[in-house]
Amino acid sequence: MIGNSLRWELNAFVGFIERQKNLYRRYWLWEAVWLLYNLVSVLSIGYLAAGLSTLGLEPGQANLHQTQLYLLVGALLWTYLSLVFFEIAFAITWERWEGTIEYTFMAPIKRLTHLLGMSAASLIYGIARTAAIGFALIFFFNLDLSHANWLTALAIFAAATLPLLGLGIFTSVLPLLSPEKGEQMAFAVQGVLLLISGVYYPISVLPAPLHVVGILSPLTYTLSGVREALLHGLSLAGALPDIAILLLMGVILVPASVWCFNRAEVRAKRLGLLKRSG
Amino acid sequence: MAIKASELNTAAVELHGISKRFGQPARRPFGRRTVKKEKLALDQVSMHVDTGRITGILGANGSGKSTLIRILATLMTPDAGTASVFGYDVVTQPDDVRRHINRVSVEASFFKEMSPWENMLYAARLYGSGGKGTRARVEGMLERLGLPLDTLDKPMKQLSRGQQQKIAIARSFLTSPSLLLMDEPTTGLDPRSKREVQELVRTIRRDRAATVLLCTHDLEEAEVLCDHVLVLDQGRVLAEGTPAELIHAHAGEVGGSLEDAFMKLTGKRLEEDEEAKDE
Repeated sequence: MIGNSLRWELNAFVGFIERQKNLYRRYWLWEAVWLLYNLVSVLSIGYLAAGLSTLGLEPGQANLHQTQLYLLVGALLWTYLSLVFFEIAFAITWERWEGTIEYTFMAPIKRLTHLLGMSAASLIYGIARTAAIGFALIFFFNLDLSHANWLTALAIFAAATLPLLGLGIFTSVLPLLSPEKGEQMAFAVQGVLLLISGVYYPISVLPAPLHVVGILSPLTYTLSGVREALLHGLSLAGALPDIAILLLMGVILVPASVWCFNRAEVRAKRLGLLKRSG
Repeated sequence: MAIKASELNTAAVELHGISKRFGQPARRPFGRRTVKKEKLALDQVSMHVDTGRITGILGANGSGKSTLIRILATLMTPDAGTASVFGYDVVTQPDDVRRHINRVSVEASFFKEMSPWENMLYAARLYGSGGKGTRARVEGMLERLGLPLDTLDKPMKQLSRGQQQKIAIARSFLTSPSLLLMDEPTTGLDPRSKREVQELVRTIRRDRAATVLLCTHDLEEAEVLCDHVLVLDQGRVLAEGTPAELIHAHAGEVGGSLEDAFMKLTGKRLEEDEEAKDE
């Protein structure tokens, strides 16, 4: 009985990944445009760092090569984190826009399967798109990654997956709470994460209130940890505190966000909000 | 999913005193603040649908038909009363209800850029299948529905509304529902497509022993297809019976139609309602 239920849910899980793959394929032109947009954004950040010397900053005042690498790693990671966050956070908005939301919510599957299926598809796609941009960077910049500890970077990257899913699922609740304003609120959350998580600067430069919020963002630990691993060869043992914080955040955020989503679904069904598109 | 033997003796649908009220935001004429204007969509609705029959729910726009269907589809919770599908409560046992139902709605609920095959494969996955043999089953269904096989891999948006509606019905077949909820499946179709969809509904009952709950404001369609009919107006059930019983009791003259009975019961014509909606 449990085996059958698990098989049923696994089948649906595969269905969500398959569906997203088909959607990415069918919207290939948009995906190509977004890939180009991301690539251009990351390249712009790289050239901004390269151009600092022409703006009057003397080589002695800062290690421009390190600065460039610092900014590029931030830009590349933000490409990945924001993409995965966006895909999960806008899962409900997307279905409402397509007109399929009621069909998906009526299906005999656990909501957890639905959310994890969407998340898995986002992660796979996010990694593929970010890897493509990462490879492109090699041809544009003379990157010195000789000190990089790839194992540590990978471990932090993997640990960051859980809290990232939690944040995405939390944000996907917003369009369920408010069909009219949820989408805009989700964009606002994404903007705030960019500001407070230290994508292009250490969060210590932020004013005190924003600094405190930044400490609570899992993306802060992901960005600083991966940077340390790639730029200064942070060992796996040295990264354990960051990994532990990320896992702890994930263990709290994922169940809490799924619980919130379920409560929001109950509310949407009570108020008849599933169907409304704006 | 097939019905268990114990479920065959159970009513397909049971509703007791179902009420649903919506608070609709409305703008004050000369102010920026909004006030809540309430609408009673369903008012103490009780009904019983026997297994294996086609039951029609007749009503004008805003009569509460779609709200009723959404409650049975576990997409909305009632404010009061109880509703069950094959004995499973729609609020407390939604997973059990969902395994027995599927829904065909007036608007095609598809990913428009994806093809019929991709949409149907997604549906199959959500309902426990989608492995080997699914493509052959889908192709077989399309042939039965008179759809050319080359439509299977075109984006949905390139298909006509009639073709999309047939695909929606085929998708519901794929999941073998015991209860099929059809919310105005022929609205907006040309006469030929309409006839073909109606023939399909007959086939479902004949070949699959499924129960069909058909919401429509097409009285001719209801007269031709339904074994049992309920007339819903402003969220209340005004009358129920076989089409012949309703005509006999409410049409008021020999040779009357279901439309005459509907007019007598509600004081309005469905065509007028449609015209008002168009304006």
